[in-house]
Amino acid sequence: MTIAPSVLPETSDSAHSGDALAQAVTRPAAIHSQPITYIFFNLDEVEFIEAAVARLIPADDRWPGALEVGVTNYIDKQMGGAWGAGERLYRSGPWQAGTPSQGYQLPLTPAELFRTAIAAINKELAAKGTPFAAMTPANQDAYLKELETTDRDLGGVPAREFFAHLWEATVEGFFGDPVYGGNRDMIAWRMIGFPGAYASYYDVVDKHGIVIDRPPMSLAQDAMGHVHLDPNIPPKLP
Amino acid sequence: MAERLRPVDAVTIGVGMTGSILAKELAAAGLKVVGLERGAGRDTVPDFQSPAMHDELRFAIRKSLMMDTTRETMTVRANVDQTALPLRRISGFLPGTGLGGSMVHWNGQTWRFQIADFIYRTRMEERYGKTFLDPDLAIQDWGVTYDELEPHYDRFEYLCGISGKAGNLNGQLQPGGNPFEGWRSREYPTPPMKEAYCGALFRRAASELGYHPFPMPSANLSQPYTNPEGVSLHACVYCGFCERFGCEHYAKSSPQTIVMPVLLKNPNFELRTGCQVLRITLDNTGRKATGVVYTDAAGHEFEQPAELVLVTAFALNNVRLLLLSGIGKPYDPRTGEGVTGRNYSYQTVSGVDVFYDESVNINPFMASGALGTIIDDFAGDNFDHGPHGFIGGAFIGANMSHGRPIEFHPTPPGTPTWGQAWKDAVIRHYNHTVTLLAHGSSASTRGNYLDLDPTYRDAWGQPLLRMTFEFPENDIRMSAFVTDKMLQIGRAMGGKTVAGAPAKRPYNATIYQTTHNTGGAIMGADPRTSVVNRYLQCWDVPNVFVIGASAYPQNATYNPTGTLGALTYWVADALKTKYLRSPGPLVPT
Repeated sequence: MTIAPSVLPETSDSAHSGDALAQAVTRPAAIHSQPITYIFFNLDEVEFIEAAVARLIPADDRWPGALEVGVTNYIDKQMGGAWGAGERLYRSGPWQAGTPSQGYQLPLTPAELFRTAIAAINKELAAKGTPFAAMTPANQDAYLKELETTDRDLGGVPAREFFAHLWEATVEGFFGDPVYGGNRDMIAWRMIGFPGAYASYYDVVDKHGIVIDRPPMSLAQDAMGHVHLDPNIPPKLP
Repeated sequence: MAERLRPVDAVTIGVGMTGSILAKELAAAGLKVVGLERGAGRDTVPDFQSPAMHDELRFAIRKSLMMDTTRETMTVRANVDQTALPLRRISGFLPGTGLGGSMVHWNGQTWRFQIADFIYRTRMEERYGKTFLDPDLAIQDWGVTYDELEPHYDRFEYLCGISGKAGNLNGQLQPGGNPFEGWRSREYPTPPMKEAYCGALFRRAASELGYHPFPMPSANLSQPYTNPEGVSLHACVYCGFCERFGCEHYAKSSPQTIVMPVLLKNPNFELRTGCQVLRITLDNTGRKATGVVYTDAAGHEFEQPAELVLVTAFALNNVRLLLLSGIGKPYDPRTGEGVTGRNYSYQTVSGVDVFYDESVNINPFMASGALGTIIDDFAGDNFDHGPHGFIGGAFIGANMSHGRPIEFHPTPPGTPTWGQAWKDAVIRHYNHTVTLLAHGSSASTRGNYLDLDPTYRDAWGQPLLRMTFEFPENDIRMSAFVTDKMLQIGRAMGGKTVAGAPAKRPYNATIYQTTHNTGGAIMGADPRTSVVNRYLQCWDVPNVFVIGASAYPQNATYNPTGTLGALTYWVADALKTKYLRSPGPLVPT
């Protein structure tokens, strides 16, 4: 299976000449000219996050990267929705720093964490004169490495904590099902050979080493209509 | 003020595996039973159906079938000198919620414990001498033996339709099975699953090294099966969405697919979902439970009087409920006195990655939760620990349960953590890597225990459970030994690069290892060192039974569910043939 993408990123620098304060920012996306309508990130945040994910999983001459498959669209929708607002997050105090083994202990929701950290990054780089998006790729990589490996303060968020959230969200958007707004055209799945949401490998699981060459399948496609109805099991609970 | 409801004969706190089996048995015996489930009602149809069920983000990453940590969680710390902090999200272990409990989202690896596991302290001291054990170990005998449980293991396996190959039928070794296992009275109800490529590669290497590979006993069924309750399951189709998911195919044993259809038809049983039990109520002697207090999903509080209280929640929640209800003296690690919360144990796991040439297509996505090829040569009591200086062990095997790419995208050591080189490595290795697992025992110690947190509370205003846990030094040595054996097998499997590391301190509660949390309400022969007797009946409050892996005095090599199924039928038998005829203590004190 080699379905290499034929469309590579367009430059996307001309689309946001409008109101910089607008919360919903429409930008031309990288492939198939499909625009991303940002519902959460503002323009300054979009500048940073698009440039950052483009370095975390870059495009190359065979496969698009995180930016091109819509990872920032995925992160935007997550941050603007329940997950960003702290879905499944225990939020009672007191708040205190713990050991790495005790996990996340900040009072910030994911949306608050992204917003706080990106604002601190943009402010810091504005003061130095070169915003992240305008840096050379090598300098961008060095800057991201510093976020990954230090506890430098980003408005109360340790850099390491922000990077971990950013990387986790990038991987989710890259490899997650396209219904969530990333992994456009299942490109990341084609890239590694993951067939997606197929319902059955019964006939092939013991055909060791075979090449799976059928196209991947998203949740948006019905996985072969696999719905069993067993008359012995009540379909509704009382 | 709680509204007082009409009394019933029995109430189950939780309607998962243990609650549904016990409720089914007691309702069939004529008792009026109420099942209180904190989560929602759910069933294979419509709740577990495709395409929605094949959603890695929602179920595996966001953990939508698990306990909602917005409302309740637990705090963790490594030792009594640390301040425990709440797990603000759960990721290291995954207690479920909702009808069917954690047996809905489990993998289905269905083992028996070894004969020696039930007499662990006795056997270890006999075999290696009393001075062999680390002084901090708190291992105990269970108070029940393998021979006593064998018929109940058998009954549970036939309820589930477990797929496997016997290695020991009534003392006669059987080719193709696990030669180290305890005796079985009959063959597994269904034959083993098909073998995956990773398992075949492991089998060849392990055989060449002189080990004894066999198929993992599986609750993902190899063929259609109708159990003794008349409930039918289908064959597993190896879709690779098993652990953390409900099975859309009726192919994984779960309360919904093995017992719920019978239970829900019995008019003696009433299911109430969305009901959070706050405490078990006791009479003024403190020796008799009068029922439970719970709130429903709308926040209304009820008192449900019951003659018999069955604590059938997840192991950790069983312990918390006893502590919240004042049942059993809380364990104090400083003095070693008290029982409730004592001997919390876990599982000691490690992994090895075997990176193959690009010509070897592993196809990890053709998988199932319990699709594995295993050796038991270094498990539990199966080898001489004398030269090695530790007790316990691990089964080692290739049982890759999925190829879902957010979670699974292995890269060899030295690969950058992101960027172009990371991307290149993921492309190169995704379909050409086998992951091996060593699934090891967890010894109980004086310092590992459960109690109530002094600071953090749940959405109902009650203290969270506090977990104090660090890997015992014994288990660190055990993991180093078995991981070395696993690396040797990995190198014999023909990969280009083999990498792995043993379990290490500190225990990290944010990294998924297993959901095999055990102990805290342990069974035993002595009320000074156990919460429940050999029938899982509370020593202090004889009309309360606590059924869960909370009863394990320490955790054995294997996944705990098979043994919990056996204990559940063991308790059902004791209730029906002993307790209901003459309610009172089943073991004299």
